[in-house]
Amino acid sequence: MTSDDVGDQDESRTQTREHEASQVATDGGTSATLPLETDAGARPRWQVDLGYIVLTTVAIYALITVLGLLTGLGVGGIFRQLQTVTFLAAAYALVVLALNLHWGYTGLFNIGVAGFMAVGAYGMAVLTAPPEGTTTPGLGLPLWIGIPFGVLLAGLVGLIVVLPALRIRADYFAIVTLAFAEVIRLTINSGALADFELLGRELGTGGGRGINFPLLESAIPRWVLYQGGDPAQGANVVGLQILTVTNQLGIERTVVESAVYTSILVVLVVIVFALLVRTANSPFGRLLKGIREDELATKSLGKNTDLVKIKVFVLGCAIMGLAGIFWQGRNGYVDPDAFLPIITFYIFIALIIGGSGSNTGSVVGALVFAGVLFEGPPYVQRIVTQQVDLPRPATVYDGVVALGAFDPLPLLGYFVGQLANVRFILFGVILILLMIYRPDGLLGHRSEPASPLHLSAEQSPADSRSAKRGGDDDGGDSSGGSDSDSDSDSDSAGVDTSTDNGDDDPLDSNPDDSTPDRGEPDE
Amino acid sequence: MSDIELPESDATVSTETADGDDRPLRVESLTKTFGGILAVDSATFAVERGSITGLIGPNGAGKSTTFNLITGVHEPDSGRIYFDGEDITGLQPHRVAERGLVRTFQITRELGEMTVLENMLLAFQNQRGEALWRAVLPGVRGSVVDQERELLERAWETLELFEIDHLAHEEAGTLSGGQRKLLELSRALLTDPELLLLDEPMAGVNPTLEGKLLERIHDLTDRGYTFLIVEHDMDVIMENCERVIVMHQGSVLADGPPAAIQADERVIEAYLGGEV
Amino acid sequence: MGDTTEFTWEQWFGVLLLAGVGVLILDVLRRLVVGDLGVSTFSTFLWRGLVDGLIIGLAAVGLSMTYSILRFANFSHGDLVTTGAFTGWTAAWLIGGAGVTGLGSRLLLNADGSTSARELNLHVYAEPVAIVAGLVIAAAATVLVALAIDKLVYKRMRDAGGIPLLIASVGVALALRYVIVFFYGERTRGIVRSSPSIDHSLLFWTDSLVVHELVMVVSAVSLMLGLHGLLQYTKLGTAMRAMADNKDLALITGIPTERVILATWVIGAGLTGVAGYLIVLEQETLNFNTGWFLLLLIFAAVILGGIGSIYGAIAGGLIIGLADNMMLVWISGDLTRVAAFLLMILIFIFRPQGLFGGVETA
Repeated sequence: MTSDDVGDQDESRTQTREHEASQVATDGGTSATLPLETDAGARPRWQVDLGYIVLTTVAIYALITVLGLLTGLGVGGIFRQLQTVTFLAAAYALVVLALNLHWGYTGLFNIGVAGFMAVGAYGMAVLTAPPEGTTTPGLGLPLWIGIPFGVLLAGLVGLIVVLPALRIRADYFAIVTLAFAEVIRLTINSGALADFELLGRELGTGGGRGINFPLLESAIPRWVLYQGGDPAQGANVVGLQILTVTNQLGIERTVVESAVYTSILVVLVVIVFALLVRTANSPFGRLLKGIREDELATKSLGKNTDLVKIKVFVLGCAIMGLAGIFWQGRNGYVDPDAFLPIITFYIFIALIIGGSGSNTGSVVGALVFAGVLFEGPPYVQRIVTQQVDLPRPATVYDGVVALGAFDPLPLLGYFVGQLANVRFILFGVILILLMIYRPDGLLGHRSEPASPLHLSAEQSPADSRSAKRGGDDDGGDSSGGSDSDSDSDSDSAGVDTSTDNGDDDPLDSNPDDSTPDRGEPDE
Repeated sequence: MSDIELPESDATVSTETADGDDRPLRVESLTKTFGGILAVDSATFAVERGSITGLIGPNGAGKSTTFNLITGVHEPDSGRIYFDGEDITGLQPHRVAERGLVRTFQITRELGEMTVLENMLLAFQNQRGEALWRAVLPGVRGSVVDQERELLERAWETLELFEIDHLAHEEAGTLSGGQRKLLELSRALLTDPELLLLDEPMAGVNPTLEGKLLERIHDLTDRGYTFLIVEHDMDVIMENCERVIVMHQGSVLADGPPAAIQADERVIEAYLGGEV
Repeated sequence: MGDTTEFTWEQWFGVLLLAGVGVLILDVLRRLVVGDLGVSTFSTFLWRGLVDGLIIGLAAVGLSMTYSILRFANFSHGDLVTTGAFTGWTAAWLIGGAGVTGLGSRLLLNADGSTSARELNLHVYAEPVAIVAGLVIAAAATVLVALAIDKLVYKRMRDAGGIPLLIASVGVALALRYVIVFFYGERTRGIVRSSPSIDHSLLFWTDSLVVHELVMVVSAVSLMLGLHGLLQYTKLGTAMRAMADNKDLALITGIPTERVILATWVIGAGLTGVAGYLIVLEQETLNFNTGWFLLLLIFAAVILGGIGSIYGAIAGGLIIGLADNMMLVWISGDLTRVAAFLLMILIFIFRPQGLFGGVETA
């Protein structure tokens, strides 16, 4: 092999390290590998990833704040927007992480996400809705029973769905899960389960009426802030601290409560994130990747892939159920229309933006989707309508007619009025563009190690035995690493001839080909 | 040449021969049809321990289907498969592999978006961290990490043995055809197999490497591994196998030492179609 | 385990399914005899099932063709149905509504709410030319839209694999649907006047035959017959069947793939557009979600008939249409779709090659 080839070989190795570093600086353009810190491999991966998430959050917050300030939206308006975006982003992040577990890691193409969210939310709602005084009575049980029940029920339904669907192809799996989600939604919507009696108690899904249940947005924060969860009994230790500060700032209690609710959701996201990162970076995560890449190959290595798939699917569905609970908990009300299939596709868009197969990407994607794509257009619309007095023609036709008379304002006004709908066109176009030009997502191709060890930093024992001295060289160019490489090659000249035999293999793009004696020019 | 050397075809023998028998793999009257076409037709053969056995036959003779039946990818319509005296017919692929009967594929099945090292690490059996709770729970994860270090060491050893350690951090999908074959074989070895079924291990491998591979295989047989190899290259088969099984139109046509096979009229007729 | 005639899972499923259907048919007969189910109700269910089934079948043909030839589940297919409905009826309004209402209202199908279907009085007796022209335009416009999408999106990802294409088609679905919303608005609007009907003693199965339904049935059946002729008796049809069987082989044997793909879109999208147009003729109303809500039913038809099989798709459509209506004998209307989807899931799991089970294509 020529020195060039050795360089190539080595470059790709250093590139992986550089890539991690550059992710902080750029949004990972395909070829953009800034040699920011050549020795980034030494920096813990979680720091790099955390930096990424923080950066995205800060950028979105800044964008919202600046836009709001520039247009005089006022502190209150900006704060409300930030709160909404944070809540939505966190709720999305939770589901996107779960979907990433299914699809990104394991290759289970689940497009029934909305269905599992519905099961969670309804499971909780039926149990906790008051038994009297509402259109749809429930069992009136406390939330600490209702919430876990909803989560477990979502997991259980996940089990029922995945068991028969273990052996079918990915695109069939997609249609089956979508159909299941629709079966769930239509069944909830139907009169059949709207009201029934169970052990002498009246309960039901309420059909199209939906269910009113305790408003989680105030009930949960109250447990954090007040003694016994009751404002009448006064603040508890935590609540005292928080409320003293907020009272001084003159912030209303309801605002505080909903901020606490959002914070709890963020904490949940952090917990689930940590859980899933650990899952991914473990031998179990390796199994998931193996199943995604080639299930039969993984099976043939003695792995019970069915069992792994069942576990992962159930776990992901439970998380989706949890997300459904918190999402609807903000309204204190669920109805079947909240779980239309389009919800699932939102989740998919968020995941694909961030890059499926990456937990960090999932969170970043959720932030970008909720903060920019979903909430952005209505926010802009609000600002514009506050600032400018645009004509609001009823139809696009009126706008075009006006344009014919050289008045572009009506058409512009129509467009602004339609921004909420235009964003869906935007979603579609973004999805298409991503699939064509950037299927790995904004962060680009990422290799999260499927091991508790930092694999890409591991060196072959042969390398480390003889080539330690080269390690302190500047890792940025190929010379530092090529030392170690060529060392291990001195006794392996034979293999490299091996690498030049792939001529019959169309996938073979390895630059090593047809260059028999590697390592020789180096030393 | 007359018929196959039949093993003790008694069902009673098959269950009790676990220790004394030196034929870990025995296949009896294996039959499989796909959509009315007979792919394997009552094939019967056995593989001796510590040997290299060749399985040859013209295209469509049913070799790969036989592999798929043995390793549980497909379930046979009828017939039995015994491994170490136990009936493994119809077991799931992972159950078969767990018992030490591990295969490679004709078209390599590397896990493309995983690095070579990850491919290797996946292969170890009964890893602690393969249980979700151990992988996740704080207190227990330490033992997973410890084991991972041990496994990593063994993975490196094997990679060095096959001289692909310099590729350890490459994604397996970027490897050349020959490198993939090496990866698959070394990965299969990490499952601690007893018997390896290699489906055309030399396809796409250049002669130098082929020699090295064969050397490794002979080393491994000396250490007690058993091999059943499907291969198109006649020279490889005849020079390296102790015994050769010839399949034709789904059934076993001949079974014996290479010299006898080469001299077998029917084999020449059926296999070479009168060409030579 | 005997090695002789063992039933596989699939066969057991088939037997159970047949038994189930048999029981249901017997139950219908029993109800008819006992008088639980009126003959006229029964024949109405049957007729409506046939009408729905033919429309679903028409739309399913296109989906089945793209699924087998382009090898992905096209989630934007439902929105092609919607595209056909909107474009076709826009044309019909332009022609049939001339002089009744303004251009803006006609172009955007009453987006401003200024006209009503009653005023326009659009039905097949009053405006036959407009209705037929709309049908043709529906097909043509849907074909153009589908070809444009193929050129912009799918052509760039021919070898990307089923899942990336599926995801891209979701993007297409969203974009297409909301482009329609941008122009036409979100409102559900009345489009067609109630159909005239025929009363005649020869029509034994019904008291009065809804003419629009008759138009639908005649249009759908003649299009299906035309398709049959095309597939069986032309070179193009042979090439398409070969492509559906094996794309790689077709490439080697010199079938011009892109031309077959073009033909697939032309035929598939054309039929789909017509289906969308005809649905409105029956429903009399139109909404931007019309096609999207039908998508899963269309998928169900394709899967029932076996992906890639055109006759299967038609049969599957009929089964779904009939099931969706006949189920009303036993369950309430808001659950019939649940039953249809569950049936589809069962087929997927136990008989992914479809009810008529072969590799039979076209």
